[in-house]
Amino acid sequence: MRYELVAGLETHIELSTESKIFCGCTTRFAGEPNTHCCPVCTGQPGALPVLNRRVVEYGVMAGLAVNCSINELSFMDRKNYSYPDLPKAYQISQFDIPLCQDGYLELSDGKRIGIERIHIEEDAGKLIHRQEDILIDYNRAGVPLIEIVSHPHLNSTEQVREYVDKLRQLMRFIGISDCRMQEGSMRCDVNISVRPVGETALGTRTEIKNMNSISGIVRAMDYEFERQCRILERGGKILQETLRFDEATGQTTPMRSKEADKDYRFFRDPDLLPVYISKEEIERIRAELPQLPFVRAQRYVREYGLSPEEAAQLTGYRRVSDFFENVSGSVRTPAIAAKFIIGQIFGRFRTEKEKEAFEIKVSEEEFTSLMKLLEEGTINHNLAKITLEKMMDTGASVSQFLDKDALKCISEEELDSMCRRALETNPKAVIDYKKGKEKALMALLGYVMRESNGKAEASHVREKLRVMLSE
Amino acid sequence: MFSAEKEGVAVGRIYEIHNLITKKEISCRELTQKYLEAVIRDNHMLGTYVNITAEQALMMADEVDKRIHSGEDIHPLCGVPMTLKDNICTKGIETTCCSQMLKGHKPVYDATVWQRLKALGAVLVGKTNMDEFAMGNTCETSCFGAAKNPHDTSRVAGGSSGGGACAVSANLAVYALGSDTGGSVRQPASFCGLVGLKPTYGAVSRLGLIAYASSLDQIGTLTTSVEDCALLFDSIAFHDPLDSTSSVSFKADTCSSLNNSIKGRKLCIPQEYLEGLSADVKTCFEKAVRTYEDMGAEIEYMSIPQLRLALPAYYILACAEASSNLGRYDGVRYGHKTDLYESVQEMVSKSRSEGFGDEVKRRILMGTYVLSEGYVNAYYKKAQAMRHELAKAFDRVFEEYDAILTPTVPHTAPFLGQALTNPVESYQSDICTVPVNIASLPAVSLPCGADSHGLPVGLQIIGNRFCEATLLNLAYKFQQSGDYASSTDWGVTL
Repeated sequence: MRYELVAGLETHIELSTESKIFCGCTTRFAGEPNTHCCPVCTGQPGALPVLNRRVVEYGVMAGLAVNCSINELSFMDRKNYSYPDLPKAYQISQFDIPLCQDGYLELSDGKRIGIERIHIEEDAGKLIHRQEDILIDYNRAGVPLIEIVSHPHLNSTEQVREYVDKLRQLMRFIGISDCRMQEGSMRCDVNISVRPVGETALGTRTEIKNMNSISGIVRAMDYEFERQCRILERGGKILQETLRFDEATGQTTPMRSKEADKDYRFFRDPDLLPVYISKEEIERIRAELPQLPFVRAQRYVREYGLSPEEAAQLTGYRRVSDFFENVSGSVRTPAIAAKFIIGQIFGRFRTEKEKEAFEIKVSEEEFTSLMKLLEEGTINHNLAKITLEKMMDTGASVSQFLDKDALKCISEEELDSMCRRALETNPKAVIDYKKGKEKALMALLGYVMRESNGKAEASHVREKLRVMLSE
Repeated sequence: MFSAEKEGVAVGRIYEIHNLITKKEISCRELTQKYLEAVIRDNHMLGTYVNITAEQALMMADEVDKRIHSGEDIHPLCGVPMTLKDNICTKGIETTCCSQMLKGHKPVYDATVWQRLKALGAVLVGKTNMDEFAMGNTCETSCFGAAKNPHDTSRVAGGSSGGGACAVSANLAVYALGSDTGGSVRQPASFCGLVGLKPTYGAVSRLGLIAYASSLDQIGTLTTSVEDCALLFDSIAFHDPLDSTSSVSFKADTCSSLNNSIKGRKLCIPQEYLEGLSADVKTCFEKAVRTYEDMGAEIEYMSIPQLRLALPAYYILACAEASSNLGRYDGVRYGHKTDLYESVQEMVSKSRSEGFGDEVKRRILMGTYVLSEGYVNAYYKKAQAMRHELAKAFDRVFEEYDAILTPTVPHTAPFLGQALTNPVESYQSDICTVPVNIASLPAVSLPCGADSHGLPVGLQIIGNRFCEATLLNLAYKFQQSGDYASSTDWGVTL
């Protein structure tokens, strides 16, 4: 029998607010253990939480980005469980009435993955295991999180990959998180079940906890899919259980039931007020959201004639996209500017972090004026490239380079006289060429290129030389 | 600043002290020394203080003396010896909730109320006894042993703020701050013959008050007079941005209306509060009612049937919140940690088993139970609904009436040891005080006579939310109508 994969994701994303969700401590990653904490985030007796309003705003932004409806009134609840990294023995989260609900994320093939809800909550600390001891770092305790819960609408690992990728791109794009899976600022719990193709009822699901890489998610799902299919093939039953994925063995193993079967005893946190956000506030946040990357990409293809790949590259990160947005409005040929940005500028960045940061020494204005010179024909493509490289290296402006008129294009007359000089000073090459040695042309070309400091365009020079030699 | 003379209000004990030290009849250091000597002499008999902060007190006193000598116009609370219940955080000073669990715990920050009082120049004599984590109403669940009633040391001081009531009643402090979750300030005030105010929920910051039941807890005052109560309340009730449940708009001013006429005030007495009263309490209460009638107040009897729901709702809600609030005591970051263990789980469970007393364990278990899957609807959610109904019933009462009169406790202070043998009966004696917390209302208990053994009887006045001024006006007028103050043979004589 053929089986179909059915998956839903619970994605935890750390918000990049300055301070924690219930106190003034910094959310900065790393730092000496237990230096970013206070009585509130370490759960000292008598301490009280105060909700960071930015967290609510960021939550609303996330909700709007995935087409959710926003609840004007939602509540903060206590999720009670005991673990040494959880200072109060309860996590402040949202239970029955979350901040956002009923949205969707559209995949490239048009399929809509339903988003059941998004709620805000606090992160826990981190256990550090040493030979004998377990140490605890509470720097992360109280860092704000959103949890995005999808419906079980994902039917292949490709879809899951795209879903996670898109979600990450979106959240980074609207600026609420850096979504660095390797640093744990984006983590997924994967709910997975299988069913015979054609069946509509859901099978029994298992949950794989705490995945922090897309490749890990895909491997874990492949393994779990196979495992569940095998069990069903044998006529067995899937146990509803919580699993851990072992990166080393590539297998999923059940967590001890103590960790998995929890009665969280949810109730409203009496230390906090209901979360109220007015329609006006929601609309203000909506208005301040940037145009989302998919919308921008479509526009780039439609209006500027970019290829879908180029458009995707330009909208992968907020900063590069904004850079292009600002340039494309003031140049005649955005498509050419796009190629320069992707090839010259973006090509310089190796890591995700660098791409995200998009730190360059060239301002949008400077880049635009360079593009205008190219469009006017004042400089050629080759020169524009060289100039841009130099600008990025030194941070100098276009005019600084152009003031040294060395960088201006060579006029046709100049080029003609250079070519003539090339023939005069290389009689042997001229004779060889006329004898049929095509290679001899290279020596002449090399002369002109040297003379022009590389400003001449090689193909153009080659043509000129041929014409002169045939005269 | 409020001035007793100007307002024509009686001079309470705080002002007496203020006058003594500002007129330099006694230095603040001498005064503080007198209190410390009396505390050291009497404390072992009364069990009132669990931590005497002599060194800090004298340092603060010297500071006050300097301010007086420099001619500064000091606040009436400046230089006045006082105490805090041992669940109010004091930076660097042990704050234990009278639990083995927190022995040796020195908070790294000050509670908002203490921060304020410290800034005003208050002199902290020490931290006072209480039921463990404020769970109890006789002060007998304290890991330090019970505080005793200064009127009769074979009887309880009440609870949970028993140590504070004992201290003020025995004149081992001029005033005390306690906390009131179901009557923990008013009931010991009643047993010890004091004025005990439980403010409106949200009037006084809870930051630094170690939580028992967060939605019911409120810091309250224990004083020997209504005028002291008013002065103190006005000083500690203000918006605290670090407590989300603290009222933003409320401005406390109870002092200026203390002496207003109460003619035509409409008071009501729900008959539910009159059931099961001891004969002496009944007599005192009826006398108090007549006194109000004589002063021109209009009295009506009525029924609030929802009051019968209050006690079960209270114990469900309070225990549920407590089970969550006390989860943090796991031996990891602070407090008691067991010596021998093999795993984290064992460390946590042994630390908790050793650190908590029986009453605390009982309430954690009950609270865990009522929140558990399968039971939460039958208990916790129902109790929430009852709470809502009761609050609405009170709202309707206050549309027509200015205040409600009740006895504070159906009886006077029982003998030590009685409550421990019968917890359910002991829970039931909270019947008059608990509804106030459930509905987030303010209430004050004040002395209204004595029983045949000479033990104080308390009158409770309940007001609408943030109507402390009305309450204290009614209380002050009653206080001035007769001689209800009681004195004991303990403590400082000036």
